Amino acid sequence: MADDFLLKVENLHKRFGANAVLAGASLDVPRGSLIAVLGRSGAGKSVFLKCLADVIEPDSGTISFDGHVLTKDQPAARAEFRRRCSFLFQSNALFDSLTALENVALPLEQTTSLPEKEVIARSMEALKQLELEAHAERYPSQLSGGMQKRLALARAIVTRPELVLFDEPTAGLDPLRRNAVFTMIAKYQRQFGFTALVVTHDVPEALVASDRVALLDSGVMCFQGTPDEFATSTNTIVRDFRDSEAALTQTLGSIRRGETIQSEDS
Amino acid sequence: MVHSIGRSTLSFVQALGDLALFIGQSFRAALGSKKLFRRVVRAMFEQGVRCLPVILIVGMFTGLVLGLQGYYVLNRFGSESLLGTLVSLSIVRELGPVLAALMLVGQAGSALAAELGIQRNTEQIAALETMGVSSHGYLVAPRLIASLFVYPMQTALFCCIGLWGGSVSGSMLLGLEPGIYWSAVERAVETADVRECMIKALTFGLLTVALCAYHGFNAHRNRASTGARAVSASTTRAVVQSSIIVLAADYVITSFLI
Repeated sequence: MADDFLLKVENLHKRFGANAVLAGASLDVPRGSLIAVLGRSGAGKSVFLKCLADVIEPDSGTISFDGHVLTKDQPAARAEFRRRCSFLFQSNALFDSLTALENVALPLEQTTSLPEKEVIARSMEALKQLELEAHAERYPSQLSGGMQKRLALARAIVTRPELVLFDEPTAGLDPLRRNAVFTMIAKYQRQFGFTALVVTHDVPEALVASDRVALLDSGVMCFQGTPDEFATSTNTIVRDFRDSEAALTQTLGSIRRGETIQSEDS
Repeated sequence: MVHSIGRSTLSFVQALGDLALFIGQSFRAALGSKKLFRRVVRAMFEQGVRCLPVILIVGMFTGLVLGLQGYYVLNRFGSESLLGTLVSLSIVRELGPVLAALMLVGQAGSALAAELGIQRNTEQIAALETMGVSSHGYLVAPRLIASLFVYPMQTALFCCIGLWGGSVSGSMLLGLEPGIYWSAVERAVETADVRECMIKALTFGLLTVALCAYHGFNAHRNRASTGARAVSASTTRAVVQSSIIVLAADYVITSFLI
């Protein structure tokens, strides 16, 4: 019987000098699900994701993809993982000297043996699905921030991956765009049926869009469960994170009323 | 002091090893890289066509100055007829390959280091790796292969225009019979000189393009600076080290071939 988990991460450690960013992070990613990994800024979410994508090498720990452990001495398994997985960078990492169409076509052109006509057809299809076909000949710098995000997603899904890793896809966006990006991820995740792992710190959007939620704090996953379980969890860290907006409203209300605020630092 | 000399030597040897691995890895990755020919042609355009004006201008003025200086020096001994010999041997054996390489480093090499540095900074190189595309094969190998064709061609053009510049100075401006100048050129330049010129051009091309690509590609490794400063620092290092290596390699090759 096939394993229900497409990706399993166990006890991941990563240290930069004296700073231990990951201290035993573990995560199970069910096949076909959309998982949101939450955490404060600097909690190590992006490092965690980059370790999964093989951009950063973890110090220790196990990453298994579709039942195969990914280790340095098994290049074939790693190559297979890369073929079946896409990574959407926070910065989009689009090739600024290539047009939108060339950006999308690049992974197909370089990693498959498809004829050029087929590559162009599939790339145009991906652009069309993300409503970018009219901008195929434009360069990334000629596109708006939202379009660039969609273009990066088009490039990520054109190879029809089974797993897409999203690194803070809504960082720096206004609330409307944030909603639009989460809607886009949820919509295409269902449409194409890939497994999605989204690293974010936008709690409300993540709770609505995702099937499961994990919370990374101090280098470990201190919570994993459904959005409902997250919403009712009594775990102190989860509660602090979840209720941070309410706490902010309360604090700001107190400031407006002129009450003395007890600082966290004091 | 001994400690610091030892450390510097070790890091120099390590950097050399790193560079050699970088070149080897790039050529190996080229074997599996798709649509390589198209990218090689593009790199040839960047290194060749875009740098052509500077090569022609510098080659022309080098020949003009050599012709002018040489004519007056030889005139003192009544040997103006040897101007073609002086200009041709200076340009074909030394000035052609060295100055052409330095010009290419200044224009194409610096652009290459900066481009790769920015691609590293904006995670474009990491994006390639996550797609399963070899960044060495996609970005570096085409430039290295192109350099093997472009540098010899640019050097040959530099030499031709330089020789013509010498004839403009000597014959058209100072009155030396053109036939005397060109027959001296023909008699002086032998196959061995052209071979030496091409060996130098090939070596300089490979070394300088590899160095510039290496510094741009590894801009993130620079601990002293980050971001835009790291790109500017790596570009500067690429140009300075490439210029030094051209002159050092010139000395080594000349001492073996002379």
